[in-house]
Amino acid sequence: MATLSPPATDAFPGGDPHGASGAHAGHKRPGFLRRYVFSTDHKVIGMQFLLTTLLMLFVGGAFALAIRWQLAYPWEPLPILGNALFPTTGGRITPEFYTMLFTMHGTVMVFLVIIPILAGAFGNFLIPLQIGAEDMAFPKLNMASYWIYWPAVFCFGYSYYAAGNFAAGPSSGWTAYPLLSALPDANPGTGPAQSWWLYGLTLVGVSSMMGSVNYLTTIINMRAPGMTLFRMPMSIWGMFITAILQAFALPVLTAASLMLIADRELGTCFFIPTGQLLPGEDAATIGGGQPLLWQHLFWFYSHPAVYIMLLPAMGMVSDMLACHCRKPLFGYKPMIYSMTAIAGLGFVVWGHHMFTSGMNPALGMTFMVSTVLIALPSGIKVFNWIGTIWGGKVRFNTVLLNCAAFVSMFITGGLSGIFMAAVPVDVYFHDTYFIVAHFHYILFGATLFGVFAAIHHWFPKMTGRSMSEGLGQLHFGITFLAFHGVFFPMHMLGMAGMPRRYADPYVHPPFENLLALNEFMTWCAIVMGAAQLLLVANFFGSWAFGKKAGRNPWLANGLEWSAPSPPPHGNFDLPPVCYRGPYEYSSPVVMPDRDYLPQDEPPEMHAVRGA
Amino acid sequence: MAAVAVLAASPGLGWWFPQSYVDEAGAGSLESVNPLGREIDHLFYVILVICGVVFVLTQIGLAWALFGAAGRSRARYLHGNHVLEVVWTLIPAAALFFIAFYQMGAWAKFRVESYYPEGVTPVAEVTARMYEWRIRYPAPGKPLMDTPQPDDLYAVNELLIPAGQPVLIQLRSEDVQHSFSLPQFRIKQDALPGQRIPVWFQADVPGEYVLLCQELCGWGHYKMGGVVKAAPPEEHAAAMAAFAAERRSDGVTVENDEVTAALPDTDSTEPGERN
Ligand code: HEM
Ligand SMILES: [Cu+2]
Ligand SMILES: [Cu+2]
Repeated sequence: MATLSPPATDAFPGGDPHGASGAHAGHKRPGFLRRYVFSTDHKVIGMQFLLTTLLMLFVGGAFALAIRWQLAYPWEPLPILGNALFPTTGGRITPEFYTMLFTMHGTVMVFLVIIPILAGAFGNFLIPLQIGAEDMAFPKLNMASYWIYWPAVFCFGYSYYAAGNFAAGPSSGWTAYPLLSALPDANPGTGPAQSWWLYGLTLVGVSSMMGSVNYLTTIINMRAPGMTLFRMPMSIWGMFITAILQAFALPVLTAASLMLIADRELGTCFFIPTGQLLPGEDAATIGGGQPLLWQHLFWFYSHPAVYIMLLPAMGMVSDMLACHCRKPLFGYKPMIYSMTAIAGLGFVVWGHHMFTSGMNPALGMTFMVSTVLIALPSGIKVFNWIGTIWGGKVRFNTVLLNCAAFVSMFITGGLSGIFMAAVPVDVYFHDTYFIVAHFHYILFGATLFGVFAAIHHWFPKMTGRSMSEGLGQLHFGITFLAFHGVFFPMHMLGMAGMPRRYADPYVHPPFENLLALNEFMTWCAIVMGAAQLLLVANFFGSWAFGKKAGRNPWLANGLEWSAPSPPPHGNFDLPPVCYRGPYEYSSPVVMPDRDYLPQDEPPEMHAVRGA
Repeated sequence: MAAVAVLAASPGLGWWFPQSYVDEAGAGSLESVNPLGREIDHLFYVILVICGVVFVLTQIGLAWALFGAAGRSRARYLHGNHVLEVVWTLIPAAALFFIAFYQMGAWAKFRVESYYPEGVTPVAEVTARMYEWRIRYPAPGKPLMDTPQPDDLYAVNELLIPAGQPVLIQLRSEDVQHSFSLPQFRIKQDALPGQRIPVWFQADVPGEYVLLCQELCGWGHYKMGGVVKAAPPEEHAAAMAAFAAERRSDGVTVENDEVTAALPDTDSTEPGERN
């Protein structure tokens, strides 16, 4: 069918049935560098992204723990690193450093962890395998998308060096609102550090853009024969819709960040209003712009971006739930339509981040209605997941537990979103810890638990070995409990009005009594951070010593499970043909013998019984 | 293991919830001092009830689906159900539209000028700048003008308002973006460079209330606090008059200075006339 990829013909010359080893017999075996470093193989690139983003998860986590330390023990010396970082203050975090901490925490987690772990790692690994292609449509572009991620990391890191001082790193929040971010003299962190931060932001954007072009082309053009759109697994739908979002929203952010760079470096006034007295200048600016413009442009990308950080996880969780409940996905098409609706509505709700910004109040009402409406498709998805679990033969393993936690926390985070969508209530909650609770329930509670599940689920395919169940469940249990210990009380802090991004909220009398709760949360955060070492131990331990897994350890239906584990370059022994949808679990056609029916199993094989 | 699974299913989340009341009570008075703030609280409780019910039902549903299945030997072969899909689309849709439209009134009162309360008085211009609030009052008896007047009164971080009546401030920013936030009034408005934004509120109870900045404005953001002092109208007028006298005094004592000594009289002739 629709196969544009030229290598497809030479990989299987004349239908050569040699299988994995034979398929590439004619090719020179590439050297180490080409195989593992500058590889164009989507699986290798996926693994590179996975390892890099997991590393970044630890970097971001370290920032988080430092934030939590300051909130629990304000102005007390930071353990371990304190003395090395701040010899002049006796190891105490300075307020300048605190602003830099939450800026970098947000930046790393959003731009260097969640977005690339979903699209870069799992998107790369799963798309060709699940649609039965032998690689991405543009393998070189794919490689470039990984290798441009590193210059971005470099820019974020170099910003400290450029600033000449750790405490003067970029510090206007991951949202970088002007004028704080537009005036180089405004603050210790808004000098060169802010410029380098913007360069980094632009580069991660380029990396994502390369990825999304590739995913769109691959999904549209390279599906195996028989893999119609409505036979694609939900993971693919999630990636597909994400790539569309990315392709349309990202240019706006790139433009905005270039405009901000121009404001800073070239003296344009896109965001600086008329009559602004800039520090160090004696005349006020003329012909000015509008600081609100940045918020519109930024959120026009970053609201869709929160779905970019969620939809692929939603898709993967749908696949995993069906597999581990041994049941067809409940409402496959409604799931797709609701995902599409989320993506569509996602473009018209950005203003809900700006209810208190002073934009036109009538716009506020419009954005409230669209935002409240987006809860509808989200609700439909939740009901369908519960419908999928209901009546299933549930395997209570690490994958399923993480998936169930995903659904549960998505409910919590989604419902707290309704409070904030209601404008008058949001006027109170905006920029309090209620917001922090909300996005952590979605981003960490939902997405990251989905990612944990996906790691355990596809690990056998990635490495050929299985991860340890015991360690996996222990990691899940501790992370799950500690997670609620850290983030649930944030709703209470928000109700009590505690503002976010405060280095020391307790200087204000209404918040004095919140210190004890914050201390409790910090200890939960430390436990949760430590528990992630279990994940690392399990990951690398199992990679080296895990039980050999075979092709299809979960008895799943997707095409990826018919390839060898790990799949060789070129993926499949024979180009697969797809005969049915991905969710034929417990189908009566094969039922008494087995409860799965792979997508590529020809109908002849069970025609006798089926008849 | 089972316990973990129970929590995954998460009815367990439910038992954290009542804590919120403890915390909120601990944070000061439970009720907002601002009538609009009380309306916002009411809206909050309405959403809390709706979402609370949905929360408990869906989490129980999830738990039930998970554990109802335990020990099942064969999964149902079932691809979906149209009636169910329609039902669980329409019911939430109705609830969501209700929530959205129920908010409109309070929002209009807060932000749409034609819905502002009758007789709301502009009392001061508040200008945010890095790490402090600059306040400009008109001279007692005079209206607040857009541009500074020679007899304006200036203060820092302390906003005096009359209690029991709606007051309005004109909000500006001198440098970067800030946000004028009064948690006990449940209101918040960003201060944008290059714009003047009106904000109204009302203190029903005289007292001192905290004023915070809630938009990141730099390293000193956390300490950019102030206080709103609400006093009964007569006391407020007296306080303003005293403040005016103190500002105009050139250090020479009142007994020796005819001009300043005369001033309080002229000021207090028309106390209610500012608008
Ligand atoms: C160990 C786990 C984590 C802890 C303890 C933690 C803690 C925090 C805290 C305390 C803040 C508030 C900073 C402030 O505004 O004053 C924050 C902000 C934030 N966190 Fe996390 N976090 C964790 C994991 C994550 C993860 C996995 C993500 C990724 C999705 C994430 C994304 C964010 C974002 C986007 C912000 C907002 C940053 C900003 O306001 O500029 N966090 N986190
Ligand atoms: Cu949003
Ligand atoms: Cu501030």
